[in-house]
Amino acid sequence: MPTPVASVEDLALQEYKYGFVTDIEAETVPRGLNEDIIRLISAKKQEPAFMLAWRLRAYQQWLKMREPTWANVHYPPIDYQNIIYYAAPKRKTDGPKSLEEVDPELLAMYEKLGVPLKERAILAGVAVDAVFDSVSVATTFKEKLASLGIIFCSFSEAAREHPELVEKYLGSVVPYTDNFFATLNSAVFSDGSFCYVPKGVRCPMELSTYFRINSEDTGQFERTLIIADEGASVSYLEGCTAPKRDSNQLHAAVVELVALDRATIKYSTVQNWYPGDREGRGGIYNFVTKRGKCQGRASKISWTQVETGSAITWKYPSCILMGDDSVGEFYSVAVTKNRQQADTGTKMIHLGKNTRSTIVSKGISAGFGQNTYRGAVRIHKNASGARNYSQCDSLLIGDQCGAHTFPVLEVKNKTARIEHEASTSRIGEDQLFYCRQRGLSTEDAVSMIVNGFCKEVFRELPMEFAVEAQKLLSVSLEGSVG
Amino acid sequence: MSAATLTAPPAPAVYTVPDAAYERAFAAIAARAGEPAVLRQLRRSAFAQLQQRGFPTSKHEEYRQTNLAAVLQRSAFALPERPGAATLREAERAAQPGAAFGGPQLTFVDGHFTPELSRLNSLPAGVRAGGLLSANDAGDDRLARLGELADIGGENTLAAFNTAFFGDGAWVEIAPGAQVDAQIEIVHLATGGAGVPTMAHPRQLILAGRGSRAKVVETYLSLNGAAHLTNAVTEIFVAENAELEHARLQQENTAACHISAVHSRQAADSRLRLHALTFGGALTRNDVVTVLNGPGAEALLNGLYVAEGRQHVDNHTVLDHAEPRGASREYYRGILDGQATTAFRGRILVRPDAQHTDAVQSDKNLLLSSDCTANADPQLEIRADDVRCTHGATFGQIDEEALFYLRSRGVGAEMARHLLIFAFAAEALGRLNPSPLRTRLETELFSRWTGLTPPEGAEASGG
Repeated sequence: MPTPVASVEDLALQEYKYGFVTDIEAETVPRGLNEDIIRLISAKKQEPAFMLAWRLRAYQQWLKMREPTWANVHYPPIDYQNIIYYAAPKRKTDGPKSLEEVDPELLAMYEKLGVPLKERAILAGVAVDAVFDSVSVATTFKEKLASLGIIFCSFSEAAREHPELVEKYLGSVVPYTDNFFATLNSAVFSDGSFCYVPKGVRCPMELSTYFRINSEDTGQFERTLIIADEGASVSYLEGCTAPKRDSNQLHAAVVELVALDRATIKYSTVQNWYPGDREGRGGIYNFVTKRGKCQGRASKISWTQVETGSAITWKYPSCILMGDDSVGEFYSVAVTKNRQQADTGTKMIHLGKNTRSTIVSKGISAGFGQNTYRGAVRIHKNASGARNYSQCDSLLIGDQCGAHTFPVLEVKNKTARIEHEASTSRIGEDQLFYCRQRGLSTEDAVSMIVNGFCKEVFRELPMEFAVEAQKLLSVSLEGSVG
Repeated sequence: MSAATLTAPPAPAVYTVPDAAYERAFAAIAARAGEPAVLRQLRRSAFAQLQQRGFPTSKHEEYRQTNLAAVLQRSAFALPERPGAATLREAERAAQPGAAFGGPQLTFVDGHFTPELSRLNSLPAGVRAGGLLSANDAGDDRLARLGELADIGGENTLAAFNTAFFGDGAWVEIAPGAQVDAQIEIVHLATGGAGVPTMAHPRQLILAGRGSRAKVVETYLSLNGAAHLTNAVTEIFVAENAELEHARLQQENTAACHISAVHSRQAADSRLRLHALTFGGALTRNDVVTVLNGPGAEALLNGLYVAEGRQHVDNHTVLDHAEPRGASREYYRGILDGQATTAFRGRILVRPDAQHTDAVQSDKNLLLSSDCTANADPQLEIRADDVRCTHGATFGQIDEEALFYLRSRGVGAEMARHLLIFAFAAEALGRLNPSPLRTRLETELFSRWTGLTPPEGAEASGG
C-alpha cells in the first residue's frame, strides 16, 4: 500500500497543466519605453488625441514614481527597458469580422484551454470578449447586447466609437497618478474590455473575457472599464490561464468599475497564470490595480476572486463607497504553493452614510508559499451608520509556508460598527484521521476540507466559475499535503 | 529619453537628524565623572547611532500614526539637575499613591533616583533593588545587561536616545525561588521646567529569577501642568518557570509627551503579565516587544487607553513566538472621547520552530464622540503550521440595548451611559491580579465617569 507521503511526492511533481505555446506571428514594437513607443501604441490603436495626451501625462508621472517595496513579496528587480510594451497578432486582413475569420490557431488554442468560444457562447449564453496578447480578436453576442443598448467591446474600439464615455470615466476611479504599476499601465496599456450598461438595463448574460499572455517577454497591460448607469446591473467574469514560460512576465492591469444610482456590478475572477516551477523559476508577476466606485446611492460592487496562479500576486480589489447606502463586497480565495507569493486583500473606503461592506478572505498556503492578506477599512467622518464585517482565515499545509495578515482599520465616526476577525490554523490530524477512518483517501479528505474552508467564497461565484474554481483548487493543491 | 531618466527619485526621509542642542546636552553627560567605562562606551555608541539615524518621522512605517520627529525636533528639552529641597517636598506629596500601598518603592524625580522619597529599608526576602547606577553593589554585572533587549543599533532610535541620556534607572532583581507578595513600586515624577520643557529618560532593569514570583508597578506622574518629555525603556528578563506581573501606569499631565518601550524575554515555562494603562499625556507612544524565548512560555498583554480632548495614544506591540508551545493572550481596549486619536498595531510573529503556539489578540474601541479617530492594525505573521492564532478588532459606540436594559431598571440615561463606559474599562482592570493597584484604579475610574465613590467594601468589577 503506498504511503500518503509517497503519493504526495508524485503529485507534487505535476507540472503546470496548461503549459504550451501557440505559434502565431506577433507584431511587436522594439523593447523599452519612451514617449515614441507610447505615441506608436496610441497610433496603432487609432486613438483620439485625448488618449495620447493622457498616456503621455501618465508616462511623465511614472518617471517621478518609485516602485513600491512595502508588499510582502520578493522578486529580482524588473528592467523596464527590457520589456516589449506592445504585441498584436499580425492581421492577415483588416481584422476578423466574424468567428470564421478568426485565426484558426487561436481558436485551437482556446479549444485546448477548454474554452471553446462558440460552444461557450451558445451553450452558456456567455459573450466572450477574448483578449489575446493585447488585441481583441473576437467578440460575440454583440448584436444581442447592442439591442439592449449595452456596449461591450474592446477598449480601443470604445476609445474610437464612444470617446465621450471613455473620456468621462477613464481614470475616474484609478487616476493615472495612482500608483507605480497603475501609472505604467495608464501610459502603455494595449487593450482591454469596455462595458457600458445603460439606465435601468439588467444585463441578460454573464459577460466574460479571457485574458491570455502569449508572446515571450511581452508585458501585458490590460485596462478594463465597466460602467453601470442608474439602476443597471451587470455580472462580469474574468478568467486566466497562461502558456508556460521561463522568464518572468510582468502583468500590470487596471480595472475600473463605476456604479451609479442603484446600479450593481459583480466582478468575478479566476486567475490561474503560470506560477513558475517547483523551484520558483519563471511565472507571472501579477501586479494589478482593481477598484470600484459606488458613486450613486444604493449602488453595489461585489468582487469575487479565486487566485491560484502567478509567481507573485499583488492585487487589492477595492471599493470606494461614496453614495449613501452603497454596498461593497470582497470575497477571495488565494492559494500559494511551491514558491508562490501572494499579497492580496481589499480596501473599503466608507464615505457615504449607511454604507456597508463585507470582506471574506481565505488564504491557503502550501509548500514554500507565502500568503499575505493586506486590507484596509476606512470610515470617514461623514459615514454615519457605516458597517463593516471582515473575516480573514488562513489555512497552512506544510511547515515551510507562511500566512500573514495585515488588516488596517481606521474609524472616524462613532456610529460606525466594525468587526474584524482573523484566524490561522492547519488541517488537523484529527480531522484527517476522522475522514480516513471513514474510507476517504488523504487527498480526498484534504480536498473536501479545503473546499469546505472556501465554501463561503465559492458560493458567491457565478455557476460556471464555481465548478471551475473547485476543480482548480483541487488540482492546485494536489501533492501539497502530507 | 534614455534609460537614465528611469532612475527612481530618492526615498522620502524616514528619519530627521537631531537638533544640535542634543549634542550640547550629550557633551555634558559624557563629561560626567564617576560613570564606569562600560557605561560611557554604551552611551557614546548610543548617541552616535542617534545622530547617524535621527528621530523617526511619520514616513517611517512604524511611526505612521505618530510623528515623533515633529515633537522631538520642535524644541530643545532641558535635562534637569537633581531636584532641590523645594521640589522634593512637592514630589513627596505627589509620590503618595505609591506610599499608600506601603510596599517597597523606588522614586525618581526627572529621572534622578531620590533615596529620600524611596522605601528600600524593608525589602522583602529575595528582592534586591535600587538605583541602577547608584546602588553600590560591587561585582554586579547588571550594567552589562543593559541594552541586551532594547537594541541601540536597531530601527528604533528611541532606545538609543534613552541610553545616551538616562540619568539613573531602577534595578529590581528577584532571587531564584523567591515568592514576593508585596507590590514593588517604581514611581517617576516629572517636574516640568519653567519655560523650557524638561526631558527624562527613565530606565528599568527587571530580572526575575528561576521559579520566582513577583509584582512590579511603574507609575508615571507630573508634578504640574507644564509640558515635558518622558522617554522610558524597561528591560525585563523572566527566567525559567518564573512568574512576573508588570503594570505600567501612565498618569502624566495632558501637555506631556510620553514615549515608552518595554522589552521582555521569557525563558521556558515562565509566565509574564504585562499591563499598559494609559490615561495621561498629550502624545503617548508605547512599544511592547515580548519574546517567548523558551518552550511553554505564557504571556498576557493587557492594555487600556482612555483618551479625550486632543490626546493621542499609539500602542505598538510585538509578540514574538520563538519557541514551541507558547501561549499568548493580548487584549487591548480603548475609550475615545473629544477629538482624541488612537492607534493600535499588534504584531504576532510565529517563527518556524514555534509549533503548537496558541495566540489570541483583540483590540476593542469604544467611540464616544463624533470627532475622535481610532486606528487598528493587527498583524499576524505565521511561519509554523501547527498553530492556532486568532485576532479580532471592533469599533463601536455604547450598545443601545444595554442602555435600554439599564434604563428599564430605573437607571437614568446619563448614569446608564457612564456605568457602561466604566464596565468597558473594568474588563481590562479585571485582568490585573487582585492588588491594591487594581482596587485604586477601579475606584478612580468609577468616580471619573459616575462622579460617585463605590460603596465601602464593594467590588467595583466582577473581575
